[in-house]
Amino acid sequence: MSPQLVPQLLPELGHLALVIALAFSLCLSIIPMIGVHGSQPKLMNYAKPLASGMFVFTAISICILAYSFVVDDFSIKYVASHSNSHLPYYFKISAVWGGHEGSLLLWVFSLTAWTMAVAQFSKNIEQEFIARVLAVMGMIAVGFIAFTLLTSNPFERLWPNVPMEGRDLNPLLQDVGLIIHPPLLYLGYVGFAVAFAFAVAALMSGKMDAAWARWSRPWTVGAWMFLTLGIALGSWWAYYELGWGGWWFWDPVENASFMPWLIGTALIHSLAVTEKRGTFRNWTVLLAIFAFSLSLLGTFLVRSGVITSVHSFASDPSRGVFILVILAIAVGGSLTLYAFRASNVASFSRFALYSRETALLLCNIILVVAATTILLGTLYPLLVDALGYGKISVGPPYFNAVFVPIMSLLFIIMGIGPLIRWKKAKKGELRKQLVSPSVLSIAFGLLFPVIYGGEFNALVAMGMTLALWVFLVVIKDLLNQYKSRTILSLSQWGMTFAHAGIAVTIVGVTLVSSYESETNVKMALHESVEISGYQIEFNGIKHVEGPNYSAEQGQLNIYKINRDGENDFVALLKPERRAYRVQSMGMTEAGIDGGLFRDIYVALGDPLDGGAWAIRVHYKPFVRWIWLGALFMALGGILAMMDKRYRINSRVSNSSKSRMKNKNTAQMTSQVTNQATSELS
Amino acid sequence: MIKINLLSSLLLMITIGISTLFSSNFVNASPVDTFEFNDEVTKVRFQALSKELRCPKCQNQNLADSNSPIAADLRHELYELLQQGKADSEVVNFMVNRYGEFVLYRPRVSSITYILWFGPALLILLGIIVVIVILRKKPVDKANLALKPEQQKKLQQLLQNESESESADSNPVDLNSANLNLESVEKE
Amino acid sequence: MKKVIRFLPLILVIALGVVLYRGLSLNPQDMPSALVGKAMPDFSLLTLNDEAKTVTKADLVGDIILLNVWATWCPTCKYEHPYLLEIANDSKLNSQVKLYGLNYKDERLAAQQWLTNYKDPYQFSIFDEKGTLGLDLGVFGAPETFVIDHHGIIRKRFAGAIDVRVWRKEFEPLITQLISERQQGK
Repeated sequence: MSPQLVPQLLPELGHLALVIALAFSLCLSIIPMIGVHGSQPKLMNYAKPLASGMFVFTAISICILAYSFVVDDFSIKYVASHSNSHLPYYFKISAVWGGHEGSLLLWVFSLTAWTMAVAQFSKNIEQEFIARVLAVMGMIAVGFIAFTLLTSNPFERLWPNVPMEGRDLNPLLQDVGLIIHPPLLYLGYVGFAVAFAFAVAALMSGKMDAAWARWSRPWTVGAWMFLTLGIALGSWWAYYELGWGGWWFWDPVENASFMPWLIGTALIHSLAVTEKRGTFRNWTVLLAIFAFSLSLLGTFLVRSGVITSVHSFASDPSRGVFILVILAIAVGGSLTLYAFRASNVASFSRFALYSRETALLLCNIILVVAATTILLGTLYPLLVDALGYGKISVGPPYFNAVFVPIMSLLFIIMGIGPLIRWKKAKKGELRKQLVSPSVLSIAFGLLFPVIYGGEFNALVAMGMTLALWVFLVVIKDLLNQYKSRTILSLSQWGMTFAHAGIAVTIVGVTLVSSYESETNVKMALHESVEISGYQIEFNGIKHVEGPNYSAEQGQLNIYKINRDGENDFVALLKPERRAYRVQSMGMTEAGIDGGLFRDIYVALGDPLDGGAWAIRVHYKPFVRWIWLGALFMALGGILAMMDKRYRINSRVSNSSKSRMKNKNTAQMTSQVTNQATSELS
Repeated sequence: MIKINLLSSLLLMITIGISTLFSSNFVNASPVDTFEFNDEVTKVRFQALSKELRCPKCQNQNLADSNSPIAADLRHELYELLQQGKADSEVVNFMVNRYGEFVLYRPRVSSITYILWFGPALLILLGIIVVIVILRKKPVDKANLALKPEQQKKLQQLLQNESESESADSNPVDLNSANLNLESVEKE
Repeated sequence: MKKVIRFLPLILVIALGVVLYRGLSLNPQDMPSALVGKAMPDFSLLTLNDEAKTVTKADLVGDIILLNVWATWCPTCKYEHPYLLEIANDSKLNSQVKLYGLNYKDERLAAQQWLTNYKDPYQFSIFDEKGTLGLDLGVFGAPETFVIDHHGIIRKRFAGAIDVRVWRKEFEPLITQLISERQQGK
C-alpha cells in the first residue's frame, strides 16, 4: 500500500469502526436478552465483552476524527467546515464537537463509555439484571449509531475536490469553554441512560426493590454530577464570552439541559427513599424514565429545527423525524412497560404526615412541577403555532416570574428535610430543631439588604433568608451528629456539601440580579466613568495580532474609590475587538476583573470619532457564587458516590445452583404474597 | 463511501456566503449604544425594556444583546419613545402594532396564554392533592399480612415439590420470619 | 383506577409526540406581519429619483399595490430584480396592479445608480433613508414585498425574494382574489 493511500483511507477506517460499533451494539441488544430469557449464563456473560467492543470501536472512530482535524485533512467535509490550518491545535481537537455530526459522535462515545463502565463496575449486581441493563443500553446505542451513520456521518468526504483550506471554527467557539463544556454536559446528559436502563431492567424483571435502588444510585449521582458541572460551565462560558454579562437566558437549548437536571435531582432523592425505606418505587422508576426522556427531548430540540436558538445546530427536519422515532420507541416503549409492569405490591412502609418521606415527596413534586413548567414555556410557542394561533415568544421574563416562586417553595422544604425523622417526626422535636435556623435566617434576610444596599428590598430579603435557611439546617444536622458521636458517612457529607452548594448559588443569583449595574458610555482618551464605587479610566487602544485573528485591545484602568474618596488601583483590563481572518467575522472579548465578591466587566463597542470609543461597563456583585455553588454540589455528588455501601462485595453465594434455588424460592413466595395482598386490598 | 461532492461543496460555499452577508460583521459583539438619557429612571427603564423585547429577526436574542441592524434601529426607536415621555405600555403597544406579539418575551395574558400563566399554579395544586391522597391511603394492617393457614399449607406443598425434584436440602421456608425485602429496612 | 393512572404518562407523551411531529413541518423563522388587515400607515417622504417631490399615503392608495422593500446593500434584491421587471412589464398584470419601491435605509446616489444599471421596474421608489416607514410597516430586512388592496389595507407581507415559484404560490391567488373583489365593487 503506497504511503499516500493511508491518510486517504484513514477516514474510511473511522467510518468502518463506527459500523463495527453498530454491529457490537446490535449484538449487545439481543444476545444477553436471549441469555436472560433462556436462563443461559454463557450468553448473559457476553454482555461485558460486547460492551467493551462497542466502546473500543467508537473510541477508535472518534480518535480518527480528532486526528484528522489535527493533521488538517480537509478531504473530510466536516473537518473542512469546522477547521483551518491556522487554528491552534487545542481548538482543532475540540472542533470535533463543534458541529452537529461530530457532537453526535461525542454523544455516542459518551454512551458507550458509560455502558462499558457499568459493565466493568457491576460485580455485586445480579448477573441477570445487569445483562438486561446492558442490553437496554445497547438498544439506545443502536438507535444513535444508526442515526449518525445514516443521516449525520462525520466522515463524509469531499472527493476529489479537496479544498485547500478549511472554513475555520466559529470564533465564538474558539475558546477553552468549548474544550470542556460539551464533554462534561454530554457525560451528564447521556449518563441518565444508565438510570433509565436500570429502571427498564427493573420493570422487565419485576425486581423493583431496595437492592435495585442501591445498585442504581451511584450511577445516577455520577450522571447528575457531570450534568451539574456541564450546566454551570455553560453558564460561566456564556458570561465571559458572549459580552453581555448575562449568565442564563432560558434559551430552549439551555432549558433542554436544565430539565433533566431538575428531574435528576428528584430522582437521586427518590432513589434514596427507595433504598432506605422501600417506598416510592413506582415513582422512582417513572422519574428515571423521565430524566432520560428529557435528555432525548433535548437532543431532538437542538437538532431538528423545531425551535429557534443561538445554540441549535444546523437544522434538518428529516433528522428530526429520525430522533422523534427513537424518542417514540425509547420513551413510548418504556412507559408502556411501566403501565403494565409497575409494581402492584403495596409498600408496607407507611409514613406519617410529619416525616422525611413526606418532605422528600413534596420536594420531588415541586421539582417535577418546575421541570414541567420549563417544558411548557419552552414548547408553548410551538404549540400555539401548531394550533394555528400565530407566533408568540416566551422568554426570560416569563421563566423568571414562574420559576422563582416554585423554587422558593422548594427551598423552604429543603430546610425541613435534613432535620426531620424518617417515618414519623417526634412531637416537638422538629419544632425545637427548626427554631434557631428559622430565626437566624429571617433576621439575616431582613437586615442584609438594609446593610448591604442601603435600603430594604423584599426579593433580596427572601433570597438571603432562604439561602441561610438551607445552609443552617445542614450545619445543624452536622452538629447533631457530632454531639451524638456518630461518624458521618460519605453519603451524608455529600448531602451536606450539595445543599450548601445550593445555598451559595441562591446567594449569587439573588445578589447579582438585584445589585448589578451597567453603563454604556462614550469615552475619549483618559476619560473616566464611575460605577458602584469603582472608577474606570480609558487609556487608549493597542493593536494585537493573534494566531488567526487581529485585534484592537482597549487599555482600561480600574480603580476602587476608597473611603477617603481616593482611587486605589485594582487592575488593568484589556477587552478586545477581534477580526478573525478566515470567516471575516468579528468578535469581542470582554475584559474581566474577577473576584469572590464582585466582577468588573468591560467590553468595547464601536470606535467613535475623535479617537473615542463606546465602552460598556458592568458591575456584577457575587456573580461567581453562582458557579461556586455548583462546584460544591458536584463535590457533594462525588462524595455521595464514593460511599462505602456501594463498594461492598456481593454477599450472595457464588454457587449457581443455590442461587437458582434462592431465586425460585423468592419468586414463589413473592407470587403467593402477591396473591395474598391482592386479596386483601 | 467516497462521494463526488463538487456540487455539495459549491452549495456549501454559497450558503456560507449568503448567510455571512446577512449577519452583521460583529456577530456576538455586544452592541454598545451611547444614548444619553433624561434621568436615571429613564435609563433603567430603557435597559429593562430592551431586555423584554425580542429582536424580530435574530436567533432568539433580545434587543439589548443583538447586533443586527433591525435591533439597533429598534433600540434607537425605544430610546426616542422613552425620551418623549411615553409610558411602558405605550412603548410595548408601539412595538406590537408593528411587529406582532412575537416581539414580547413576556407573553400577554390572553385566552391563548391562560394555560401558560396559570398552569404552574395548577400543577402545584395538583401536586399537593397527590400528596394528600398518598398520605391518606388506608394503612395496610400488619396482622393481615401474614398468610392464612391454607395459604401457608399450599406454600409448604409447593416448596416440598420443588425440593423433591432436587437433591439439595429442603428446609421449608417459614414465611413469617423471612425477610423478603418487602419490609422496610430501618437505617439511620 | 390505579391501572388507568399508570397509562397517563404514556398518553401525555404520545400527545407531546404529535405536537413535536407537527412542529417539524412548521418554520419557526416564518414571521407573519402584524399589519395584515390594517390600513397602510401614513407617511410623508421624498421620492428617490426626484428630490423635490414629496409623496404621502394618498399617492399610493386607489390601486392594488405591490410595495417592494429594496436596497443596494441587499444582495438578494439583485437576485429578485429581474423578476420584478417581468411583473412590471406584464401588460395583463400592470393594468390591474401597480409596483412601487421602498428604498430602505440606503444612499440616494447609490440607489439611483443601481436603478439606472439594472432598470427601474417601479412606478416610483419612496426614499426612506432613516427607515421610518419601514419601522411603521414592521420591516426587518430586505427584500420584503407588501400587497395592499385598493382600500389601502395591507393584505400580505412576504419576506424574501420573489421568483416564478414564489409568485405562483404566494402572490397569484391573492392578486386574483383582489382583482375580482375590486370588480365586484367591494
